[in-house]
Amino acid sequence: MIKLMKGNNALVEGSISAGLDAYFGYPITPQNEITESMSVRMREEGRVFLQTESELASVNMIYGVAMTGKKALTSSSSPGISLMQETISYMAGCELPTVIVNVQRGGPGLGNISGAQGDYFQAVKGGGHGDYKMIVLTPSNVQEMYEMPKKAFYLAFKYKNPVMILADGVIGQMIEKVDLNELAKYPDEDEVFNASDWALTGCKNRSSRFIRSLIMEEGALTEHNYKLLEKFNKMEVEVDFEEVSTDDADVVLVGYGTSARIIYDAYLNLRDSGFNVGYLRPKTVFPFPSKRIAALADAGKKFMVVEMSSGQMVEDVRLAVLGKSEVQFYGIPGGGVPEVETIISKVKNMM
Amino acid sequence: MKFEMPESLKKTPQHYCPGCGHGIIHRILSEVIDELNIREKIIAVAPVGCAVFGYLYWDFDTCEAPHGRPPSVATAIKRTNPNKVVFTYQGDGDLAAIGGNEMLHTANRGENITIFFVNNVCYGMTGGQMAPTTMPNQVTTTTTQGRTEEDGYPMKVCELLSNIDYVHYLERVAVNSPANTLKAKAAIKKAMENQLNGKGFSLVEILAMCPTAWYQTPVESLQMIEDTISKAFPLGVFKDS
Repeated sequence: MIKLMKGNNALVEGSISAGLDAYFGYPITPQNEITESMSVRMREEGRVFLQTESELASVNMIYGVAMTGKKALTSSSSPGISLMQETISYMAGCELPTVIVNVQRGGPGLGNISGAQGDYFQAVKGGGHGDYKMIVLTPSNVQEMYEMPKKAFYLAFKYKNPVMILADGVIGQMIEKVDLNELAKYPDEDEVFNASDWALTGCKNRSSRFIRSLIMEEGALTEHNYKLLEKFNKMEVEVDFEEVSTDDADVVLVGYGTSARIIYDAYLNLRDSGFNVGYLRPKTVFPFPSKRIAALADAGKKFMVVEMSSGQMVEDVRLAVLGKSEVQFYGIPGGGVPEVETIISKVKNMM
Repeated sequence: MKFEMPESLKKTPQHYCPGCGHGIIHRILSEVIDELNIREKIIAVAPVGCAVFGYLYWDFDTCEAPHGRPPSVATAIKRTNPNKVVFTYQGDGDLAAIGGNEMLHTANRGENITIFFVNNVCYGMTGGQMAPTTMPNQVTTTTTQGRTEEDGYPMKVCELLSNIDYVHYLERVAVNSPANTLKAKAAIKKAMENQLNGKGFSLVEILAMCPTAWYQTPVESLQMIEDTISKAFPLGVFKDS
């Protein structure tokens, strides 16, 4: 079924198709369509919907549902996501599968309600306390808002870890064509989603279980951290990105989410004018396509990184490049949108 | 009658200080769970505080919540698993201070969960700081000259929640004497039965001793509940509708 739909609404349909058991949310712009649409659709489906008293309550509710091996999601926008960080850290410590959606807006502080990409560090570098990582998916169109919840739950359960869908206000509010056909099944998803060997379900016919992140025994927390680290390293295989025309490119444009749509326009324009430019869009920012970017740097390509921020993802590009090639940055923070013309002139200067 | 360990309590030595109320409350709570034959249906939520280690002592499924958030965690577990029996076990710092908002709204929704609120008028685990429930003039590590008016007045959770329409059952009990402990056990049982009967939100506040943080002997701490704490926090049923 093809429909015209807002990104936020597509995310709701995608979550329901993914088998979401429970949604919890608190109003904040520009993601209110998610909470509003969930209030109707989850009830229609006979599943759990609850409008909470705060983002703290929301995130602790998905934490609770995950304890029982079921699928729960919360959504918010930047300030609300900041409030959730403590519990995201608990989820990583307790190894709980949950999905958190951040439809980013301008910051810092209350900021504004425009789409922005200022929460990259928070999402990718661990906004909460302690050593942990979260898989972060970055949709750049409405179709992906529909498809990514399923992938997010699959990865959350596969690694028993929180997963974030890092969208932005533009993608959330944008109306596009979306194909709502049934989402493809992962070959091993029945096994991945089966939580019977760890979830809290009542101790009938088995010994009692507990799930906690307080680990006080001498040396035990260090061991726990090494075990988590091994898991975070294994996530590397989930790296996902879209790459166009990098083979003969002198400069590769790099951007995610809404910025990726803008650099794609710039890429088409520059190619039309005869400039050899390529396009690379991370669809996961943790794990980050560092190896691919390193290989492109080794091949002598330069990079132009575009973000709706003061420069956050660009640090990961520079870490991948390790000074072997030129990395330029163009970004607008605070809810501003980078301009195609500016990208074109900056890239021309790099040629 | 043969005196045995409840099935719901692991045969593990507990870390609580001599004279602490938690051991007694763990015991009577476990007895109630055995008597109601619900051990295999329990999903419990432990707090941050001295009772965080509840999961080491209880022999049923238990998780731990961030400080103050057990009511939210329990709400979600119960709503997605309505056939399970879900309770939180929280101290006064957890429930009345950092978790005040979650407490109020969980009560306001009339969630069909049970809260056991252990009020020992201080933060025990962190070394005896002032809690919202600390007595006037009580010396703690953050009120070294005694709690003054500037530090607020002891917060009465049962009285506060009794104004909320969807709250079903509120009772304040104590575990400072055998007679009071039997009443406490009866209240715990009633609160659990309320959930089994789908009656909605029940909270039992249990006044408990913390001799370590009160700078008292265990015997003095029993008397402190009798003479002082239960005067500021009167025992009894505050709501049963």
